Amino acid sequence: MAGLATSLGAGAATNSLAQMHDIDTIFLFGSNPTEAHPIVSIHLKKALKKGAKLVVGDPRQTWMARRADVWLNLKPGTNIALINGIINVILKKGWENKEFINKRTEGIEELKAKVKEYDLKTVEKITGVSQDNIVEAARLYSQAKNGMIVYGLGVTEHNSGTENAMAIANLALVCGQIGRPSTGIMALRGQNNVQGSSDLGPLPATLPGYQSVKDDSARAKFEKAWGVSLSSDIGLKSVEMLDEAIKKRFKGLFILGEDPAQTDPNVHEVRHALESLEFLVVQDIFHTETTKFADVILPGASFAEKDGTFTNGERRVQRVRKAVDPVAGKAEWEVISEIATRMGYPMHYDHPSEIMDEIASLVPIYGGISYGRLEKESLQWPCPTKDHPGTTTLYRPPGNDNALHRPVLKAGRACEIYPPGPETLRRNCRKGISLHAYYRPDTRALQ
Amino acid sequence: MSDKKLKITINGKKALCGKDETILDAAKKAGVRIPTLCYDERLEPYGGCRLCIVKVKDVHKPQPACTTRVKDGMEVFTETEEVRRLRKNILTLLLSNHPNDCMTCEATGNCGLQSLAYEYKVDGKRFAGETWDLPIRDDNPFIVFEPNKCILCGRCVRICNDVVMAGTIELTGRGFDSLPDTAFGKPRSLENCEFCGQCVSTCPTGALLDKKGMGKGRPYELTKVKTTCSYCGTGCNFFLNVRDGKVVKVTSDYDAPVNQGNLCIKGRYGYDFIHSSERITAPIIKKDGKYVEATWDEALDLIAKRFAEILAKHGPSSLGAFSSARCTNEENYLLSKLVRTVFKSNNVDCCARV
Repeated sequence: MAGLATSLGAGAATNSLAQMHDIDTIFLFGSNPTEAHPIVSIHLKKALKKGAKLVVGDPRQTWMARRADVWLNLKPGTNIALINGIINVILKKGWENKEFINKRTEGIEELKAKVKEYDLKTVEKITGVSQDNIVEAARLYSQAKNGMIVYGLGVTEHNSGTENAMAIANLALVCGQIGRPSTGIMALRGQNNVQGSSDLGPLPATLPGYQSVKDDSARAKFEKAWGVSLSSDIGLKSVEMLDEAIKKRFKGLFILGEDPAQTDPNVHEVRHALESLEFLVVQDIFHTETTKFADVILPGASFAEKDGTFTNGERRVQRVRKAVDPVAGKAEWEVISEIATRMGYPMHYDHPSEIMDEIASLVPIYGGISYGRLEKESLQWPCPTKDHPGTTTLYRPPGNDNALHRPVLKAGRACEIYPPGPETLRRNCRKGISLHAYYRPDTRALQ
Repeated sequence: MSDKKLKITINGKKALCGKDETILDAAKKAGVRIPTLCYDERLEPYGGCRLCIVKVKDVHKPQPACTTRVKDGMEVFTETEEVRRLRKNILTLLLSNHPNDCMTCEATGNCGLQSLAYEYKVDGKRFAGETWDLPIRDDNPFIVFEPNKCILCGRCVRICNDVVMAGTIELTGRGFDSLPDTAFGKPRSLENCEFCGQCVSTCPTGALLDKKGMGKGRPYELTKVKTTCSYCGTGCNFFLNVRDGKVVKVTSDYDAPVNQGNLCIKGRYGYDFIHSSERITAPIIKKDGKYVEATWDEALDLIAKRFAEILAKHGPSSLGAFSSARCTNEENYLLSKLVRTVFKSNNVDCCARV
């Protein structure tokens, strides 16, 4: 999220999945969509059938890598060197989109100076990718009529995940492959609501809708709507909360639908922190490693048991509809409201649609979204007003009302498994399939 | 001009269509139903079943609507006596080698062949002869193949090869022995099949079935609830099929903007967790080191009391919350609101912040 937000203005995929059919060159980076995002792969396969060229950057020889025109089999962790090397080739050969760079970007000279360090020989040595392949990838992507970069967790889930995403943004900007249909950067999200949960601000530095807690006018707007004064101090990140817990300065934590004791890095430290808390509440649909540390465990409602919305990786807000009753009688939105009320802040909603109405009144990118509209259509944000049709393509050229900002140049998943696996690895959920079949270590990537 | 509209008539009614449209596309837009069995909007037109044949004025032979492109001035008739007679013949031939056991067939009520037999008043008795008697393939947890009900429309094979590009099944054999099958008739396994169930979703008869939904209810007994998948960030829509308070099946939503009816193994078959016996079904409180079930009131009162105590004693910096990228927008918003208004800090974070 953070990488694209810094470079482009919005931490979100720039285009829509349905546009993938008309891509001329697909640049797939750190993603194995045939396994991890099968429906995205169906869109990409349609483009391939129509003759699209395919460049794949991945240490693993994935399904897509086997069919690629160029497979950049880089050593794990050398993403930035490879991308900077490609940018260097593009600038040297004069394949960049000069008009786009002049009109719409800032900082090209600094970028030029930086990527100069990444000549072909050096990059080959760092990444293990042959010079010919680097040049061919640069040519296929930069010279395509419509080139789209599709990247996954192989880019973001690194120590340098944010910088990786920025390097990718630089590549797209240098080639001007952004702001038109079937171009841009599609970040494939690991969870159903990565986008929505970022948008709606359970984040320490931003109020819902990426509005900074430091911004006085934004805070004033929320203070008026919520009827309390709000802190302008940036809050603690999850890792910081846990660190503070070990130091006994952080005492009480409410964990909603997360399993840090299983999924966070350095789980021993995490477990130690959870043990150190005075009071831990965990709400989840299953017992997890984290619930073992809880003082109170609350039953969660699954997606089939409540109304709501998810926002997918292409910024599309879609309805989740209640099909059966919550197993324990309450959905999370009711539980949160009741805790607030019992703590002296009356919070009451009859239905999640009322929460969405409140969101629309406070979060400009969701301003035009309501359950009434979502019955008839699904909308991609930004959708600022009730009559706005939503936005399929971000960063269209100025003059178009979709234009946002002036951009600044600056482990594998298996198809049938969903990590960390509370749903798919449960015994009775995988009846009849041997565990052996689930784990297929790709030894080629380890060579 | 590429966007020039062509003028045609369908059953005497005027229709405007684009130059790349087929007669079937134009008829659909005009609200005229033409019967099909081998057609699926996710697939390239195939022209295999011949049920969509229509009369085109000044063309000698009936034309398949799914593969014939419209021409300016074309006059199409979809329900002439001749095309209806020909369709009835085709259906009669299909039923001559079909079990015709609709009473117990899983597909009843959701079967293209059954609906057309009903509409055209066809039975399987006219062309008596050799019939298939092949064993049912029930060799995996998700997909059952009953070859005797196959009408060789090729939809399963085409969706597997052209859309999913998995290449698990292909039409094997010749003539009467033709059958969509895996290589050498091997059982489906994760080695050769993704178990996405796309083949099941496109099968117009009861030949390919979702094993997990079998015997759980007829289509008219199921309530279909359109929703969005809770696994990855693609955002596919589908229908949860509910009976007696239980989700018994997932079916495709062809109008879905992201997936157009396509689904993967998780979306189509990964719903067991909803009714898992391992779900947490009541609030649980730790009392003297032991976990005991509690009522909502007990649990929520305790939470409010303990959080309030910590807040009063140690201040806002001592309390916080983690939110989840698996929860809804509304829940994420509310949790953020709870922390900022009640816990009085910005100590709220989410796994999505990478």
